[in-house]
Amino acid sequence: MSSVSQSRSFNENALAITANNIRQSIIEMLLAAGSGHTAGPLGMTDVFTALYFHILKHDPKKPDWPERDRVVLSNGHICPVLYATFAHAGYFPVKELLTLRKFGSRLQGHPHREFLPMLETSSGPLASGLSQAVGMALADKIDNGNSSDRYTYCLMSDGEQESGQIWEAGMLAGKNRLHNLIGFIDRNNIQIDGFTEDIMPLEPLGAKWEAWNWHVQEIDGHNFEEIVDAVNRAKAVFEKPSMIIARTIPGKGVHAFERKYEWHGKPPNKEEAAMALNELRTLGGKIISEHQ
Amino acid sequence: MLNKTLNQKLYDKNVEMIPIRKGFGEGLLAAAEKDERVVGLCADLTESTQMHLFKERYPHRFVQMGVAEQNLASVASGMAAMGKIPFITSYAMFSPGRNWEQIRTTICYNDRYVKIAGSHAGVSVGPDGGTHQAIEDICITRVIPRMVVISPCDAIEAKKATLAAAAINAPVYLRLAREKTPVMTTHDTPFEIGKATIMYSPDSGAKISAAIIATGAVVYGALVAARELEARGVHVTVVNLSTIKPLDQEIILKVAQQAKAVVTVEEHQIAGGMGSAVAEYLTQVYPVPMEFIGVHDTFGQSGTPAELIEHYGIGTKSIVAAVEKVVKRSRTLR
Repeated sequence: MSSVSQSRSFNENALAITANNIRQSIIEMLLAAGSGHTAGPLGMTDVFTALYFHILKHDPKKPDWPERDRVVLSNGHICPVLYATFAHAGYFPVKELLTLRKFGSRLQGHPHREFLPMLETSSGPLASGLSQAVGMALADKIDNGNSSDRYTYCLMSDGEQESGQIWEAGMLAGKNRLHNLIGFIDRNNIQIDGFTEDIMPLEPLGAKWEAWNWHVQEIDGHNFEEIVDAVNRAKAVFEKPSMIIARTIPGKGVHAFERKYEWHGKPPNKEEAAMALNELRTLGGKIISEHQ
Repeated sequence: MLNKTLNQKLYDKNVEMIPIRKGFGEGLLAAAEKDERVVGLCADLTESTQMHLFKERYPHRFVQMGVAEQNLASVASGMAAMGKIPFITSYAMFSPGRNWEQIRTTICYNDRYVKIAGSHAGVSVGPDGGTHQAIEDICITRVIPRMVVISPCDAIEAKKATLAAAAINAPVYLRLAREKTPVMTTHDTPFEIGKATIMYSPDSGAKISAAIIATGAVVYGALVAARELEARGVHVTVVNLSTIKPLDQEIILKVAQQAKAVVTVEEHQIAGGMGSAVAEYLTQVYPVPMEFIGVHDTFGQSGTPAELIEHYGIGTKSIVAAVEKVVKRSRTLR
């Protein structure tokens, strides 16, 4: 089973290069689309890279492999990073990314599994992903008890933690001790109307999940070693579901986009995209780009 | 004349009465016995929705959700993604009422085959009052693409509908009523999703003046009205339209062509309900005068089921009056 990513050994440099390529694809596809979200996808690129290029049990040649780990993207609006990661992992050609948000494209503005069957869920309306992931983990637990090594991952934004449905799902997962469920919260502190702590304060966020009987870790969401270690620790917890709060920088990788909520929901224009691609290709000016 | 497969004693004073939701509970148990993929999820109303029969027999396939209807819908979607056949239950007001967007997006848009059983539909819920009387649920479910909408007329049909819902590859809404209602069908009455049943038809040779198309427990009122009308020389056909979506266009067109006048009867808002579905179809293919029996853009309230059915104009008297009115309109047009 050589095509299964899980068997790969940890190589931080290789992951960094892959993440950089994915970020470039994100910029290119958003420019071609003319609409979409920039900050979230760039901020979560390292987590997606760690998942699809090191952590997950999956096979791009057999997207419907029953034994695969399940990944539910709850905040569907950051789908450019999911699509770009799919393409770089070999699920479909990288050039297809330029069809994002276009009529007839498999890459809908928000993920839709009717168009792209390899998606585990269609998503977009916030806060319903965790419930679906809980359902998947519950079903697996009904069939296989604690013996299953098939994990369900749910990737969420911090803004959607404001919704009651997340609280409902959190309580149910804690009650049912879903050891096979691992959540990620993209803790980038921004949402569409501003900073989360101004819109609706979430802190203490970890304490909320602990109160629902989850195992909680807070990590640097741009440090591959921390991401991988956190998932390994989560898998070692048999009595609880796990929540990994990944502290990320929105717009990560492009200095001008970083930490600005204004970049939540808009794409770069031509000049901004050229600037961003140059910064990514030169690793922030560390190397000379042939494109300069 | 009653359909021969029906309970021939249904006009008796002491006609057997069973709650429709009980038929659901028995149907779920039977479906679970047939198929181990069936799971049950309930939002703190296990006995009220009659899911307790399933829970007692299959505790490891039952999930108690607590008061969390949005989670109820989406967790079921996730379980369906893993190959389960989830039935979710609550009062119709809360599921599909409170969790409509989750049903729309995580179940139907997502193409997951979750079966939504909404109990306590209609004003006949009675003393609990308007907050608990779902009279908008047919409208909000039939508008969602892919959704199958079934409103059984009695407990026996509810059991058959539950078994059929488990077997079909589609999301399904099962509309259930709380109170005991007359048993009209028998084990021999055919049931198939998407097929309506002619419950009552005039003796051969009699000129048919109107077709009554009814759904749910109020089919009984339509049958009583049919007999009263016949005594006055007005011959009608009564159709039990238990599947509201997909619509049995063949039967609807046939009875409309025969009668040239239609009355629809439902315990639901007139706006967007079963009558609307029938009108959407007939106006395109065979427009005939129609009258709609249902709730007129208002909310329910406390009372006995009989008082409420009467107050909201859904009872036998109202059906008889509507038939007489539509027949008159139909004649004027000819």
